Amino acid sequence: MTSVSNGSLSLLNFFVFNTEYGPREGEEEKKLLFYHPSEVDIDTKIKRIGLAEAVVKFTETFSDKPCQSVHNQKSRQLFFEPEPCFWMLMTVSIPYKEKVKDGQTVTEYKEDQVQDSVFESILKQAYKMFKLFNGTFTTILARANGEVESLRQRLEHFYSKYLLTLKLPQGDILDVFNGIHFLPLDKNTYLRIQCFINSLEAAFPFVKYTAFLYNEKLVWSGLEQDDMRIMYKYLTSSLFPTYLEQELHGGSNRPTSGLGHYGKFMTGPPDLNNDKNMGKLPRVFVNTNEIDEECYLIVYTALSATICLLVNVRSPLNVPLCRKLDAVLGPQMTKLASDISEQYSKRVAALNSTEPVFKYVYFNHMNLAQQTTVHIDLQKRSGVNIPQELLRLLGDINAEVSRDQEDGETIVKTTSDYWVVGKKSDQREFYVVINQRSANLIDINEEVKRLCSTYLNSIFFLE
Amino acid sequence: MENLTEAESNQEFRGRLDRYLESGSIMAVEEDHYYINLCKNPIRFEPVSRANNVFFDDANKQVFAVRSGGAMGVVMKGPEEKAMISFRMEDRGDIISIKFSGDKKILAAQRSIKTVEFLNFQEDMSTDQQEYSQSCKGEATEIRGFVWTNICEIVFITSTGLEHYQVIPEKRTLKRLKTLSLQINWYFWMANSSLLLISSGTLGNVLHPFQFKQPGIITRLPKFEVDLPVVPKPPKLSLLDRDVLVAVIYEILYIVVLRHPQSTSCGAEIVLYQLQKEGPAKKTDILKLDMSGRFAVNVVDNLIMVHHQASKTSVIFDIRLEGKSDGYVTYHHPVLPALGIKPFKLLLPSVNMQAGTDKTEYNCELYSANWIVFQPDIVIDAKLGCLWILKLNLDPLVTMIPDKDRLIQFLLCRRDSKPVILFVCAQMLIPGHQASLQSLARVYDLLNRIYKQYLDAEAADASTGGSSKKVVIEQSDMFTHVFSVFEEYKDIKYKFMVAVLIEYIRSLNQFSIPVQHYLYELIINILVHNNCFYQLHQFLQYHVLGDSKPLACLMLSLESVYPPAHQLALDMLKRIQTANEEIIEVLLSKHQLLPALRFIRSVGIVDTVSSRKFLEAALSTEDSMIFYTVFKFFEQRNQKLRGSPKFQAGEHCEQYVKQFESQFGQEAFMPVPSVL
Repeated sequence: MTSVSNGSLSLLNFFVFNTEYGPREGEEEKKLLFYHPSEVDIDTKIKRIGLAEAVVKFTETFSDKPCQSVHNQKSRQLFFEPEPCFWMLMTVSIPYKEKVKDGQTVTEYKEDQVQDSVFESILKQAYKMFKLFNGTFTTILARANGEVESLRQRLEHFYSKYLLTLKLPQGDILDVFNGIHFLPLDKNTYLRIQCFINSLEAAFPFVKYTAFLYNEKLVWSGLEQDDMRIMYKYLTSSLFPTYLEQELHGGSNRPTSGLGHYGKFMTGPPDLNNDKNMGKLPRVFVNTNEIDEECYLIVYTALSATICLLVNVRSPLNVPLCRKLDAVLGPQMTKLASDISEQYSKRVAALNSTEPVFKYVYFNHMNLAQQTTVHIDLQKRSGVNIPQELLRLLGDINAEVSRDQEDGETIVKTTSDYWVVGKKSDQREFYVVINQRSANLIDINEEVKRLCSTYLNSIFFLE
Repeated sequence: MENLTEAESNQEFRGRLDRYLESGSIMAVEEDHYYINLCKNPIRFEPVSRANNVFFDDANKQVFAVRSGGAMGVVMKGPEEKAMISFRMEDRGDIISIKFSGDKKILAAQRSIKTVEFLNFQEDMSTDQQEYSQSCKGEATEIRGFVWTNICEIVFITSTGLEHYQVIPEKRTLKRLKTLSLQINWYFWMANSSLLLISSGTLGNVLHPFQFKQPGIITRLPKFEVDLPVVPKPPKLSLLDRDVLVAVIYEILYIVVLRHPQSTSCGAEIVLYQLQKEGPAKKTDILKLDMSGRFAVNVVDNLIMVHHQASKTSVIFDIRLEGKSDGYVTYHHPVLPALGIKPFKLLLPSVNMQAGTDKTEYNCELYSANWIVFQPDIVIDAKLGCLWILKLNLDPLVTMIPDKDRLIQFLLCRRDSKPVILFVCAQMLIPGHQASLQSLARVYDLLNRIYKQYLDAEAADASTGGSSKKVVIEQSDMFTHVFSVFEEYKDIKYKFMVAVLIEYIRSLNQFSIPVQHYLYELIINILVHNNCFYQLHQFLQYHVLGDSKPLACLMLSLESVYPPAHQLALDMLKRIQTANEEIIEVLLSKHQLLPALRFIRSVGIVDTVSSRKFLEAALSTEDSMIFYTVFKFFEQRNQKLRGSPKFQAGEHCEQYVKQFESQFGQEAFMPVPSVL
């Protein structure tokens, strides 16, 4: 029995359509808003949409909940209706292995390697990311006086790039949580940051919302949770890595101010002496105070500290204003960053001094706080600390736990002699992977109790 | 200054704010342009005349009006006296100096340069008129003056030294304790600190401090030399007694020396010498007057107040406020530009009978040539027969010192400044006068630094608590008088309110002062009213709002508007550690029976919880499985506790036992073990 070839998980198609458009026969093309891959012929596109619409309609007869996914032998299709009558579909291929058995080639599809919960989340994220930069479909249409073509253009413009950045094979439980890493910080430093932000917003009233991060971890958000969640995703998965890469390659030779601080605009004017160049300034749509409020996103960084300033697009913004911001932000952010760094390094040193024999993932649905030692870094750039099948097991336990509202605990021993424990208490989930071959169920139970009491002692987390 | 009680000071504060609100400014309301006042009710005495001599003893703050050498009567009054005292003395010549002992039992009067006479007084201030006397030693010696250093001890300051005597009134005699030889030009007696300062040397600039703290003992402190701007040739007495005084400023003894400029082009200075226990007094501060001429110096509320006769103005110096230092000496400028004392009107019996009124208003001449100032804060006009105490009026300073930072620093060092400080803090939040957050931060840090010192001192010395007279602005003061403006002014933006409270909480935390929960409640209410739940959530996440049962209960009440509040409340109760009862209540009220059972097991209180409470909650879930489980749980507990699954009568569970039986049948009960 030898393996011949493998097929990995990949994106087969991704499309957006509206069930209300083109109701008459022959006009089906009108339903189509976006389709990837674009080179597919129009007939196939229309057939796919037709099938999807049929599935949606058909399943409606059995359940109040809309159709979520369709399992095929070779592919998995995920459904999502973000706005009334607008449907987004994503199809991924099922990984397979070709084996020669008794002289015959057999293809073995690994259906269990594709988890609905993970890809549903990825699909929803794709929508939310679009919404962050473009507003809702409805808003776009309203602003374009119902001109569907403008929505098509937006979708095309956004998704043609976005889909290329998707790393589908890496999808795991963190995509399901889509949480936020918060920076542990002592009260006094936190209050200092708070006061700094307050006086900043008072001095520059056009700054409507502010978020403060350190080392890609969130410290404060003036945005609502949902807005922050997707913006956090954008910052950590796109803006920060891109910026870091530019810095490493010296792509932008920004003149350092020479004023004894390390502050720079990450988005916004690349050169403060050039009044004409505002640089690349993303516009985002947030729903904190009003629906789909369009704001400029100014990101400023000093050492490891980053501050996001959201300015309503109606407020005038120019380089001289940015110079004023820089004069205030530069020195203060530098000072705060070095103070946090001092505290942070102490904390990290204290944690690392006792290398734990277990790995864990924690998530709180209430504040979206997530923590992981399963992943080597927070953004999954360097892979994971545990075997892939265990990572998938975490996803499975999570899916199991999510189905049931009750609190509970699941303990699994894998064939590779790992113990995996998933616990849920109220809105919190805690997953532990322990590599202790000789341990029995009682040992593991005791061990997890001990872990909870050391790591989760300040919260109400029932054993 | 009279001490305001809490209620009075509150009223005063209200009044101040109301006045302010009505007029938009304090200035417009009263003629409060003046910050130095003469006290409202001066001590009146018979003015100096040919027949009437007036003396003032600054040690006891007593004025003596002596008519005809005492034969026509002596009247003694003083700001610290309950009633005036009058008595008669034999007229045996003009009196040079007259002073009571501290207990008013012995009166000492000097009529010649050689002797001092004594007169004993009874408790009721009657006297037997039998004088006895003491002469100084030596043929050519002259008595320059005398001071009571203790109840029955007196020191003669003579031209050749000090003579220390004990007075024995019952024997009508004095006993010499000690004589000290020293050339003496003049002296200054500081009664409060029992410090006698002697000027010696040809120039008069060698100063010898002596202290009389313990009865019968003279403590000689190291002498020191005051540097003179110019030494005259030939040398003559250059440091005069009118230019030197001793003062206690911020509980430290200083020798205050007025130094006149060499030429009129530059201003005079006041030099402060801090008295040292070991070693000579140290020059620490120089106050720049930028004027020259005749000055008089007072010390009012730890401020050095300098009156300039020519310009009829006064300036104040606060050595606590920042000055420029050259590493040895700190240079200070007046807190405010020179300003006169507030005009004073005196009601005098009318001389004009035609006018019909029996009293007329008389505008007292300020900075009059007849004025004499005494330490620390007394002004006497002997021709007018008035003794005033100088007062500081803090209200006008609020507008006169625009820098809030400096203003609060200044006010914090004053007595009875609490209402004014609270007023300033409240004003800083009112739209139109709103201060920047940075400015508020600095002010709160100033307030809390002192607050912390006070709390530490109180904790270290619980027995003598409240001994400190310093003004302390506590959290409750801020809450009642300052943050209350948030209620009154609806146009203050919530963002500003939150920022202000966070700034205050930051400052408290920075000084490790535990924050009171009502501040947290205030901030939570503001956030909740403005639907800022996520911000609130983040504050709680970072423990900015400290854990407490009231706060947890507040969070529980918010659950309906913000569901995560439930989790936050439970976490908080868990951290408090003494709130197990509350946690159980919360869980049972949410019908979370199994989590509640798990919880009591995890904290080890299974044996003590009320079974009735659990069974009641279990039954109300209308879930028979839950009821069964909970019932079985407690049967097991009973079994473990008492060897029988049955509930005791005191547990009041009969109703649930019956319910269980009707629902699951007799056989469902745990079997009662048979007694062997």
